[in-house]
Amino acid sequence: MSAYAGTGSLLRLAARRDRIQLPIWILASAGLMSAGTSAVASEFPTEESRVTALKGAGSSAAVLLMRGVPVGTDLGALVNFRNLATILVVVALMNTFLVVRHTRQNEETGRAELIGAGAVGRHAPLTAALLLAVLADIVFGLVMTGTIMSSGLAAEGALAFGAACTVTGLAFAGIAAVAAQLFQGARAANGLAATIVGVAYLVRGVGDAIGERAADGIQVVSAWPTWVSPLGWGELARPYGDERWWVLAVPLALAVACVIASFVLVDRRDLGAGLIPDRPGPAFGYRYLLSPVGLAWRLHRGSTIGWVLGGFVFGLAIGSLGKAVKDALGTNAGVIDMMEGLAGGGGGPDLVKMFFAAMMNTFGALAAGYVIQALLRLRSEEAGGTAEGLLATAVSRTRWIGSHVLVTVIGAAVMLLLAGAGAGITDALAGGDVGIGTLALAGLAQLPGALVVAGFVVLVFGALPRLSVALAWAALVVSIACGLFGDLFGLPQLVRDVSPFTHVPAIPAVDPKALPLLALTGVAVALTAAGMALFRRRDLST
Amino acid sequence: MTHAITATGLRKAFGRTRALDGLDLTVATGEVHGLLGPNGAGKSTTIRVLLGLLRADAGEVRMLGGDPWRDAVTLHRRLAYVPGDVNLWPNLTGGEAIDLFGRLRGSLDQARRAELLERFQLDPTKRCRTYSKGNRQKVALVAAFSSDVELFILDEPTSGLDPLMEAAFQQTVREVTAEGATVLLSSHIFSEVEALCSRVSIIREGVTVESGTLAEMRHLTRTTVTVEATEPLTGLDALPGIHDLEADTTRARFDVDSTALPAVLAHLATFDVRSLTSQPPSLEELFMRHYGAQPAQPETAR
Repeated sequence: MSAYAGTGSLLRLAARRDRIQLPIWILASAGLMSAGTSAVASEFPTEESRVTALKGAGSSAAVLLMRGVPVGTDLGALVNFRNLATILVVVALMNTFLVVRHTRQNEETGRAELIGAGAVGRHAPLTAALLLAVLADIVFGLVMTGTIMSSGLAAEGALAFGAACTVTGLAFAGIAAVAAQLFQGARAANGLAATIVGVAYLVRGVGDAIGERAADGIQVVSAWPTWVSPLGWGELARPYGDERWWVLAVPLALAVACVIASFVLVDRRDLGAGLIPDRPGPAFGYRYLLSPVGLAWRLHRGSTIGWVLGGFVFGLAIGSLGKAVKDALGTNAGVIDMMEGLAGGGGGPDLVKMFFAAMMNTFGALAAGYVIQALLRLRSEEAGGTAEGLLATAVSRTRWIGSHVLVTVIGAAVMLLLAGAGAGITDALAGGDVGIGTLALAGLAQLPGALVVAGFVVLVFGALPRLSVALAWAALVVSIACGLFGDLFGLPQLVRDVSPFTHVPAIPAVDPKALPLLALTGVAVALTAAGMALFRRRDLST
Repeated sequence: MTHAITATGLRKAFGRTRALDGLDLTVATGEVHGLLGPNGAGKSTTIRVLLGLLRADAGEVRMLGGDPWRDAVTLHRRLAYVPGDVNLWPNLTGGEAIDLFGRLRGSLDQARRAELLERFQLDPTKRCRTYSKGNRQKVALVAAFSSDVELFILDEPTSGLDPLMEAAFQQTVREVTAEGATVLLSSHIFSEVEALCSRVSIIREGVTVESGTLAEMRHLTRTTVTVEATEPLTGLDALPGIHDLEADTTRARFDVDSTALPAVLAHLATFDVRSLTSQPPSLEELFMRHYGAQPAQPETAR
């Protein structure tokens, strides 16, 4: 057993490192579930309303792709239908990042070398990471079960829901454990595991979308692709729809197989080495790299392409919902009100356009997430020491920040344009008439809102570098809460005006107005300039 | 004599920690100037002030005729910097990083780059994340020394290099100084400083405690003398300036203040001396004299 020596200490270390992060994952999911459960109860209080909604939803392939299949008409079944697919993605990502963080990331940073030189067995780090994942998944499942039960729903379905989360989490912990053995870099391992999450979601969605309608006209029987997706099994256990408990053994079996495989791989490789080695790269820097903008593009390239593609796919999915919204929810006055609220009180008569206006706001929030992530790179370059080397060359501080801002603004613009165009494409395919060009421009109209957030990030980076990460993400939460959901939450106008997204016109529900967009751009420029000026005045800090 | 760097009365505080407390530094054009001091003495802080990365709270700094804070960009075209802890972008190759630094500085001599890659035995096709500390150091050294600049600022540049690479480094420094470049070298390695530096500043707790040529500084300190005679050596303990005397009638070993050396030699000449060796103080001894008796300072200034 000496291969496992030190596992207990490493488990405590890992738990301590994650003592804030893991509770946030779990509590945020609980909050999401709690809100989701009460939303279902208030929006669809009667069996009749649920049947109407599910009939409409079940006939749209796009809804099935995003949400999974309906398993019944009672409240619990609707809670499952609306939330399970999303929550399973959350638990899968939580496990992916957790396992990679405590295995490959430690090796990449060299911490594992220091640990491995102690009285620590070869298998201990991986075992500790997996044990922490098991603990986190059990807590996650119990919290989900408790959250659902606390709203008065039956225990058996709640237990099945929680158990589905736990075993799906374990399966992805196993997958991440294997991914962590394959690559030398934590980024690459996270990338592979997260890609598997995405592909699993898509495969499950396809299986559900091409599923057959059951005789009752409500339920849908998933086709075979759902059965091969690790994100499909939780749904196939059918919480609140005659639970099929045995299906939950499948993810457990996958978890066990992956864990065995990862231990075999650990025994076959050196510390720090991967099975897929880094290939040699160019010995010379090509011209396009050799400038601050070239370097910034190189550093942002991977994540920017990811965000742009993600935005486009999101747009495609949203566009395909347009018709379903019209068909299924057109008669529901509560939904119309909600749409109006989300669209920023646009108040047009056309529900589809209102729906798209509301969705454009979520594209804007997505773009804000991208610019925050991208511009916080300034801080990580500063804290990581690479900025020091760069600023010791003939690159001014303004030019350095400017290069990152330029790449980020272009990335956000392309992302918004493609997200809007994507929505237009699928809307047109589904027989809608909003127009690709209109929606592409509606997407782009969100850019000034995202730019204000970008300017805020530069400002906090210049003023309070050590707090910039926390403040930047807090700004995103505030802009979404006040801007997108301000009406739903019943916030006073003054508070809602804090968010830049409150001021973006609700295109295409209303006509575009240039003034608010120009004003937002002006604010963004002023914030950025102030941030740059403050950065020019301060010391570089680690 | 023109000066590449003059700094007087530099002060810099980080919160309550005083990293620089009235530091003076003068580096003449064309010389290799050693900057010595224990961890936390303020060496890296000094260098970061010179690079305009930190702004001094007080004091005067001139570098290459400009103000390091205000004229950072124009000055950086004329200097190359190698940090003690080289951080690179993990997904760039070493070759890409070298070319990037060269281009951003304004100039890179490709022939020189090839020669230095060969000399330092660095594979430029590897990703920076796979480099060891020593190899990352080599990337920064090749990038710096392939640039055509007047001033090299090197902050413990050889930490992590093996002795062969240390020799390659010294050869490279001699080549650039032969062409008239100025070098400011912060180092912990006494043999390196003794081999390369024409002048040395020793700093401690943010203050310059000693500065001058090695010859001048040796003048200020003691020489170790070992002497053997055919007759008993008497009267040594009565002479001024003699320390740590170990004597057994005909043999003696002692340290003597440089100023007292003539009188001591005159006294020894009265005996029938059979052998006499004298050892100039090494830089290490100079350094130990400044720090030896003191407890180590915690590393605070970064």
